[in-house]
Amino acid sequence: MLIFERSQPGRHNGAQFQPGDGDVSDIPAVLLREGSLGLPEVSEMQAVRHYTQLSQKNFSIDTHFYPLGSCTMKYNPRACNTLAMLPAFLGRHPLAPASTGQAFLSCMYELQEILKEITGMHTVSLAPLAGAQGEFAGIAMIRAYHQAQGDDQRTEILVPDAAHGTNPATAVMCGYSVKEIPTDAEGDVDVEALRQAVGPQTAGLMLTNPSTLGVFERQMQEIATVLHQAGGLLYYDGANLNAILGKVKPGDMGFDVIHMNLHKTFSTPHGGGGPGAGPVGVSERLAPFIPVPMVTEHYGEYRLLSEVDLPGTIGHLSANMGNVGVLLRAYVYARMLGREGMHRVADFATLNANYLMVRLREESFELAYPTRRATHEFIVTLKKLKDETGITAMDVAKRLLDKGYHAPTTYFPLLVPECLLIEPTETESKEELDGFVTAMKEIYDEAYSDADMIKGAPYSTPVRRLDEVKAARELDLVWQAPDD
Amino acid sequence: MSHANNDLRYTRSHEWVIQISDGTVEVGITEHAQDLLGDMVYVDLPEVGDSLTVGKECAVVESVKAASDIFAPISGEVSEINEVLSETPEILNQDAQGEGWLFRMVPNDAAELESLLDADAYQALIASDAG
Repeated sequence: MLIFERSQPGRHNGAQFQPGDGDVSDIPAVLLREGSLGLPEVSEMQAVRHYTQLSQKNFSIDTHFYPLGSCTMKYNPRACNTLAMLPAFLGRHPLAPASTGQAFLSCMYELQEILKEITGMHTVSLAPLAGAQGEFAGIAMIRAYHQAQGDDQRTEILVPDAAHGTNPATAVMCGYSVKEIPTDAEGDVDVEALRQAVGPQTAGLMLTNPSTLGVFERQMQEIATVLHQAGGLLYYDGANLNAILGKVKPGDMGFDVIHMNLHKTFSTPHGGGGPGAGPVGVSERLAPFIPVPMVTEHYGEYRLLSEVDLPGTIGHLSANMGNVGVLLRAYVYARMLGREGMHRVADFATLNANYLMVRLREESFELAYPTRRATHEFIVTLKKLKDETGITAMDVAKRLLDKGYHAPTTYFPLLVPECLLIEPTETESKEELDGFVTAMKEIYDEAYSDADMIKGAPYSTPVRRLDEVKAARELDLVWQAPDD
Repeated sequence: MSHANNDLRYTRSHEWVIQISDGTVEVGITEHAQDLLGDMVYVDLPEVGDSLTVGKECAVVESVKAASDIFAPISGEVSEINEVLSETPEILNQDAQGEGWLFRMVPNDAAELESLLDADAYQALIASDAG
């Protein structure tokens, strides 16, 4: 029920809002609204109950295990919130002069430096507002670099077939055509196919390492050599940075550009589609093109760099600094972890995934890449279960909700039929992982004993199974008052 | 009425084709492909008169799982599209190899059909994919 539907004319909240005398005599009559404002009219208690009850329907990392593969749904430490919401941060105007924001700018500068150290890149910009915008900035820089070299014939971006859909979408947005590179049976990029694909038309390769298949690229050095010898640049999709945090630097792997998803790896809230933060890092040869604003430090004084300082920049990605609230939370998180803490993140993210993978295999679940060790996530394929019982990955995902677990990512990557991409993250305990295994085992048994029951799941959620086709075809997002 | 598997020719990217009585070639996606994709949401077809090049993208089918490009199985010109799919894409799920055909085309060179997979070769392909 929407709060508009609870509205009763004349009901209001006098303690919070005193109606004024309504003197609008200085506004020309032609500009005055004729009807009512159309806002819901409810009491304070009705408003509180309405939003409290809505929040209780939310399925979130604060209430449940959320092993959504590739999304890194880890606990968001409350300290990050508390410190990012200090009054001086909250009250700072984005256009305030640097002289009154030295403390804030020092945090942004240090975050840039921390991210440089972790990724092994030459320069980092915090400007992109999300992972997808970070990708856009990264490929725009690759384009700017080739153009600056007078190398206009490079029209193609290579993307492995295991990649996130945002990779080819980004390449097209930046004016490139896309060529797909196949993956071999064990989940590695097919280097021979890559060798055949590169040429004077190659602008770059967008690679996710570890890949979306939950495995590390074992021929990374060879891939980098092939690309660079062809004159292409190597782009690192940082979606899976959690697996290598503090362990391996993308810069050392030969990458020229990287975007990071701070809302994943650096644990800022990212439910509901945002806000995010997608900083980009670049090697020295791409540094002139980095998006602005950048923060610089000179004898202990911080200031923002703009187009004037960096004439080669691809420009601004938003009016100001990006999602500052997210950047501050990520900064606090990084400072709380420190170097050793980041090692532990990678250690336990991969340990938890490998533990869960082995436990599920013991309970008869089939692994998509059984010969490989998991990274921070892994893939189970339910093809056999579907063939034998008719129960699909989507059915299992829906039934998991009844058992109190958010579903893993379903049907991604597209390469693996009936797949679940499972990422437990480092913040879950062994007991929680064991509980998930038990739930999965129960569903597996139910598939053979009572498949029809699973087809009807979920039973315990505020809304039952949604009609996804109807939702996609008849998009209905705007409430209309019955009188309208 | 659905076409029998043995009457069709196939691509490695899961399109099927058949030459029909008026000499045009009917194109669709295979039963295996619709099963993998799941419930269809949208179908984006080429326009009548479009010139298609073998192996190039010519249409898009979108399901609840993914949007997938359809590649021209042979070269030629689009002569007719299956317009009912725009309103009722679920026909693709119900009868991928019959009522769910995507478009018909006049081939530039009907001999190109011979280079496509036959039913046995296609069955072998999907069996190895599943392996």
